[in-house]
Amino acid sequence: MPNYKQFPLADTAEGLTEADILNWHVKPGDRVSVNQIVVEIETAKAAVELPIPWAGLVTELLVEPGQTVEVGTPILTVDLDPDGAAAPETPQPEPEPAAEEEMKPLVGYGSKTVVAKRRARKGAEPVAAVNAVAEPAPAAEPAGGYVPLAKPPVRKLAKDLGVDLRALRGTGEGGVITREDVRGSTPEAPAAAKPVTSGDRERRVPVKGVRKATAQAMVSSAFTAPHVTEFLSVDVTPMMAFRERVTNRPEFREVKLTPLAFAAKAVCLAARRTPDVNAVWDEEAQEIVYKDYVHLGIAAATPRGLIVPKVRDADSLSLAELAAAIGELTATAREGKTPPADMRSGTFTISNVGVFGVDSGTPIINPGESAILALGAIREMPWVVDGELAVRQVCQLSLSFDHRVIDGEQGSRFLADVGAVFADPANAITF
Amino acid sequence: MPPPEPTPMVPGSRTAAPSPHQVIEGLKATDDPRALELLTPEGERVAHPEFDPYLSDIGPEELKGFYRDMVLVRRYDREGNALQRQGQLGIWVPLLGQEAAQIGAGRALTPKDMAFPSYREHGVAWCRGVDLKDLLGIFRCSDHSSWDYQEKRFTPYTIVIGNQVLNAAGYAMGQRFDGKVGNTDEAENEATMVFFGDGATSQGDVHEGFVWASVYDAPLVFFCQNNQWAISEPTERQSRLPLYNRARGYGFPGVRVDGNDVLACLAVSRWALEQCRAGNGPVLIEAFTYRMDAHTTTDDPTRYRLSDELETWKLKDPIERVRVHLARNGLADNEFFDSVQAESDALAEQIREHCFAMPQPGPERVFANVYHDPHPVLDAQRDEYLDYLAGFEEEGVH
Repeated sequence: MPNYKQFPLADTAEGLTEADILNWHVKPGDRVSVNQIVVEIETAKAAVELPIPWAGLVTELLVEPGQTVEVGTPILTVDLDPDGAAAPETPQPEPEPAAEEEMKPLVGYGSKTVVAKRRARKGAEPVAAVNAVAEPAPAAEPAGGYVPLAKPPVRKLAKDLGVDLRALRGTGEGGVITREDVRGSTPEAPAAAKPVTSGDRERRVPVKGVRKATAQAMVSSAFTAPHVTEFLSVDVTPMMAFRERVTNRPEFREVKLTPLAFAAKAVCLAARRTPDVNAVWDEEAQEIVYKDYVHLGIAAATPRGLIVPKVRDADSLSLAELAAAIGELTATAREGKTPPADMRSGTFTISNVGVFGVDSGTPIINPGESAILALGAIREMPWVVDGELAVRQVCQLSLSFDHRVIDGEQGSRFLADVGAVFADPANAITF
Repeated sequence: MPPPEPTPMVPGSRTAAPSPHQVIEGLKATDDPRALELLTPEGERVAHPEFDPYLSDIGPEELKGFYRDMVLVRRYDREGNALQRQGQLGIWVPLLGQEAAQIGAGRALTPKDMAFPSYREHGVAWCRGVDLKDLLGIFRCSDHSSWDYQEKRFTPYTIVIGNQVLNAAGYAMGQRFDGKVGNTDEAENEATMVFFGDGATSQGDVHEGFVWASVYDAPLVFFCQNNQWAISEPTERQSRLPLYNRARGYGFPGVRVDGNDVLACLAVSRWALEQCRAGNGPVLIEAFTYRMDAHTTTDDPTRYRLSDELETWKLKDPIERVRVHLARNGLADNEFFDSVQAESDALAEQIREHCFAMPQPGPERVFANVYHDPHPVLDAQRDEYLDYLAGFEEEGVH
């Protein structure tokens, strides 16, 4: 009895959807054996010969040379049992679904009719019935359920502009939300006008750690030591030029020679002439304690808060040693690794507020000390040189001191000395 | 026409770069006296004092066995190719023309040795006792190297080019650390062989494998099947000098062998494995062969190489020379050749039936081999996925 099988076009490469029929190697009435080449086809990738998977008699060629055929389309019919008894019915029945099922190509997308098929969900109602029921608006989709289609830069834009992508209707291909969709929605974007409760606008953070210590120290200092602050603007052009010159010398190769290091050196030198700034008021003993050493505190802003590590015996250090010590201390402080011993028993402090881009301030003395110097930002400013207006690099210094220990005379002299050496290191030779 | 004069590599340097002509000549030279050949394309056995001792146990029966190996593997390969064309396999990677290289190397391995294949080593798999049906699942995309690789001493196929060289180098280093080389009792010794192609030699992984294996004296045989084409890239785009010469730069021996000569491949592989087991470190073998079919079923080699190249190589066919040798020397008769042919057709029939009947793994399979022990998160994902799939109507209802 005839046993007809249809040979569907396979995807001969990876993910091809169609092929051109080049020429047939067989015709109806030919006997074929397993793996006999029956047809030559050409795909986007290669011209290949197709072997037939069965032995039998070719009864019909279903496609013609030159025709473009989709993967999965039957291309010829073979009778697997041509020598058997004649069929009782018509010789060419419709192909049995079972046979087609068996030879379904493994890969590829199949013919379009197959692609269009999609299995229905169980219990799904006809579409019309669903529409009859009150349907929730798409915009009311719960968060996390519906993911809007938008490319990452567009998502970023929406986030920056505070636009909720889920409230937008995409006009791009396939409903993708575009930049224009996001921009177009901003004027009436409800996100910007979103009311917030007062609770959202305030935060309460417990006071502890460095913040607490800083607060206690500042209050104690401000309410026990009568503060006086003096200001001095200096032309630091010579220092900056000198710094430029020496920075390539061997001893400075390994260190970062900052203006702060010059200020530190100037403080150490000036403190020799005015030892009062390096003294401290002892309330209990009713004595003033003069110190023959300078433990120089460098105020450092760290992620943990304000830390003031000390350069021990700063007055005995060279400029290079000072620069290296400052660099090391501040780096350690920023890493949060300053040991407690390095934060105690300072004699003088420099606060480099210039790094924050400000010109000056009225610093508060660190408890246990009598003076503090604030270093402003160095900027190009108009300046009178030899009766002529010139552009110079200018820095403002401010000194706060404890008036119990230091009078205006000593404070002013010290600030002037620091300013002179800081502005032009050549002046150091006079100390 | 004389080749053009070589041009200096660097202005003022005394060495000269070889001309493209010279490079190609050197790489394509199959009569290179350094390429070991023990059985000529005409089926004549060539004596070789150094390597003949490695074939002392190879008599007519063994040679007939290699012939059978090669015919069966080639028939299997052709069936795989046909099954792909019939839509039964997603892709097929032909080994046509490389049977001698793979059977020679595969038969040199002892049961204790470990083998790391790329994805074309159907012949080596056959020698390691892997059921050829198990290889089909990889290409039908329904399974992944499901044999027990510890038992077969043959790791899963590696698709990423050259990656298995690193794995093999690590494994061989482990063999060394475990004291499995250089023992006086040779039964305790073992080695590793890794298979890769000429294209893979341009991969960083292969270089790293060379470096690690060399400095740790790892018992690793690098078996490079130079089949002349890395898909459409010819060997002269991979190297300026013959590939086996690369070994010199890493400090271990490199040998070029006629990759279509099963006896030469066997002898050199045995020698190399012996070197490794003795603790002398790695060896590179360049099996000079030819890929007579496409790179894969997705490739069309007629677009990048001339047909006379293929015709030239057909004269060096690895199976034909053994057949001629057996027939001419009266070692096998037509009955033998017919029986091997019938056996190969029966194998192809089995493979074909198995392919059509191969079960499609269920959707839960993708979750099954991720962790050794049950994993609650993955189990939940699997249940959710199966539940989702169960929510569809049966196919064909609508």
